[in-house]
Amino acid sequence: MNAAVSVEGVSKRFRVYHERNQTLKSAIMRRRRAVYEDFWALRDVSFEIPAGRTFALVGDNGSGKSTLLKTLAQILYPDEGTVRVNGRVAALLEVGSGFHPELSGRENVYLNGSILGMTRTEIERKFDDIVGFSGVEDFIDQPVKNYSSGMYVRLGFSVAINVDPEILLVDEVLAVGDAAFQDKCAEKFADFRREGRTVVVVSHSMPSLRAMADQVAWLDHGSLVRTGDAGTVLEEYLDSTRQGVRVDESGRVRWGSGEARIDRVDVVSGGRTTDVVRSLAPVTLRVHYTADEAIPNPVFGLAIESHDGVYLWANNTRDQGWHTPRIAGSGVLECQVPALALQPGGFSVLASVVDETTTHVYDYLRDAARFQVTHGDLHESGGFVALDGRWSAPGEGAS
Amino acid sequence: MSLVSDTFRSRELLANLTRREISGKYKRTALGQLWSLVNPLAQMVIFWAVFSFVIRIKPAPGDPSGLDIFAVWLLCGLLPWAFFANVVNNGMASLVSNENLIKKVWFPRLVLPVSSTLAVVVSWAIEMAVLTVVLVVVGGRPLVWLPLVVVAMALLALFSLGVGLMFAVLNVYFRDTQHFIGILMQAWFYATPVIYPVSYVAKVSGETGALFGSVTLYDLYRLNPMERFLEVFRTLLYDNRWPPLDSTLAAFGWAAAALALGLWVFSRHQRRLAEVL
Repeated sequence: MNAAVSVEGVSKRFRVYHERNQTLKSAIMRRRRAVYEDFWALRDVSFEIPAGRTFALVGDNGSGKSTLLKTLAQILYPDEGTVRVNGRVAALLEVGSGFHPELSGRENVYLNGSILGMTRTEIERKFDDIVGFSGVEDFIDQPVKNYSSGMYVRLGFSVAINVDPEILLVDEVLAVGDAAFQDKCAEKFADFRREGRTVVVVSHSMPSLRAMADQVAWLDHGSLVRTGDAGTVLEEYLDSTRQGVRVDESGRVRWGSGEARIDRVDVVSGGRTTDVVRSLAPVTLRVHYTADEAIPNPVFGLAIESHDGVYLWANNTRDQGWHTPRIAGSGVLECQVPALALQPGGFSVLASVVDETTTHVYDYLRDAARFQVTHGDLHESGGFVALDGRWSAPGEGAS
Repeated sequence: MSLVSDTFRSRELLANLTRREISGKYKRTALGQLWSLVNPLAQMVIFWAVFSFVIRIKPAPGDPSGLDIFAVWLLCGLLPWAFFANVVNNGMASLVSNENLIKKVWFPRLVLPVSSTLAVVVSWAIEMAVLTVVLVVVGGRPLVWLPLVVVAMALLALFSLGVGLMFAVLNVYFRDTQHFIGILMQAWFYATPVIYPVSYVAKVSGETGALFGSVTLYDLYRLNPMERFLEVFRTLLYDNRWPPLDSTLAAFGWAAAALALGLWVFSRHQRRLAEVL
């Protein structure tokens, strides 16, 4: 397998200035440019990114992942080591940089396109796609300074994503625009992956990383902790960042402050607790909890992941408008699912209890339950969700 | 040199940035592109009023053109000087003002100062065309010399770019540069025969005699590259004759030296721009 990007022993040093002389006077007075200390943003990082994969860089703030991405984009140059990139690179580090406010959207598309390395004929060919994707058709001949910030960002993003790179570098820009635009972007990324292009992404959003990434490099304080399969490395990284992460007596991973705990989740189908459910059958998820102290307004949440860690579904009491004023001691809550729209396979249930702002976690339990889905009456061929689609030929008298 | 070939490969970007510079500058002004003509003309009127009425400066008539109009003589030097000053000022600012671009996107950095130079070249070319028309109207014969004027313009553009490149890099490290350049350019302006003829300096120099050894004030004065460039432009446009060989060679030499030094400085620092900005 060819490596799209190979990073060999890369180190990057920044100078942290105690007194930076950006004026000539101070430079002359001290007879040197500045007093500084070296800070290694990256230290001897090596890995390869195979072509056609989606590769994520994760790590806490200051771990060097953005520096590494900029190094791949050739904006920064490593002080040691080499970065080899095979193929045309486009970097989505900031969208719309280089827009000139007084020029029209149209002129800026050409300008920005050529900054990102597109030729004039290429831009002409893709112009309608770019403008269509951004959804600012009606304003394309207006100066961009009259654009709303959303329009500005959408147009910038549309230019960048139409560069047609073999390797796409993305830094947290997935979070632009409204929900509809984000869906379009997600679709575009899916196209990229399907077309066998390489995507390197830096993001803090674990759900989107879980959904997108094939492989992950985990950085900590500029050093590479681990690279490998997304499923494993992401969990390891997450486990390392969660406060109070522990493995309980039944071998389940959980974290949270512990004032309230999820004891277990029962999967109830056909009137009894089971671990085998027929596709499209009604199911109840019964959450058993214990609160050691009285907790006002808790929010309970449930989620389902496939056996390989794809985040499929989530639901919590707050979003459902189900209000629990107070819990104390042990209790049970149920979430009823009228028809389990899952294809056959193995699934796991995640359960949580958090405070009313959903920012403080009392308990988060992975693998609260596992269950198998069997075919039942469903006759569909694959994937995760059961939609129960039916075929017919309209006009041929099919009922 | 990869710096130059990279820049050449991004010539479309160069064209687009130049266009941005030109059309962005005069957007929402009533006169638009005309402003680039108004400035040198206004300057000419001011200098003409001061230096032909108050401080009576009298340059020799054009030889062999016979032209004897101070305002036109002034323009022949003022336009190249203003071009040089604009290229240096804009080129110097080109990196700092595009900071967000440099930090976020990879492209050949040289494109920025070069496009800012090209934008000035465009307005200068319009000014020079107008000057040529004026020269024809007042009875000069500049047309046969136009090809050489274009060569001289190219040389001055390269020289100015070279100087601009050095200051652009310096300005990234020390923001004082832009203020310092303001003073430097003012001094340089008066050290260059824009508003007075070189003969005045020669006269003063002759009265003072040799400064040390056989070196006279005049010899030192002629070390100023802009003096050479202006001599070339004035002999071509105002006098309508071949420029002196030594000044022509000096113009070539200065252009080559400034450009080489500018590119060398720029290539040494361009990789670090995203960090230090």
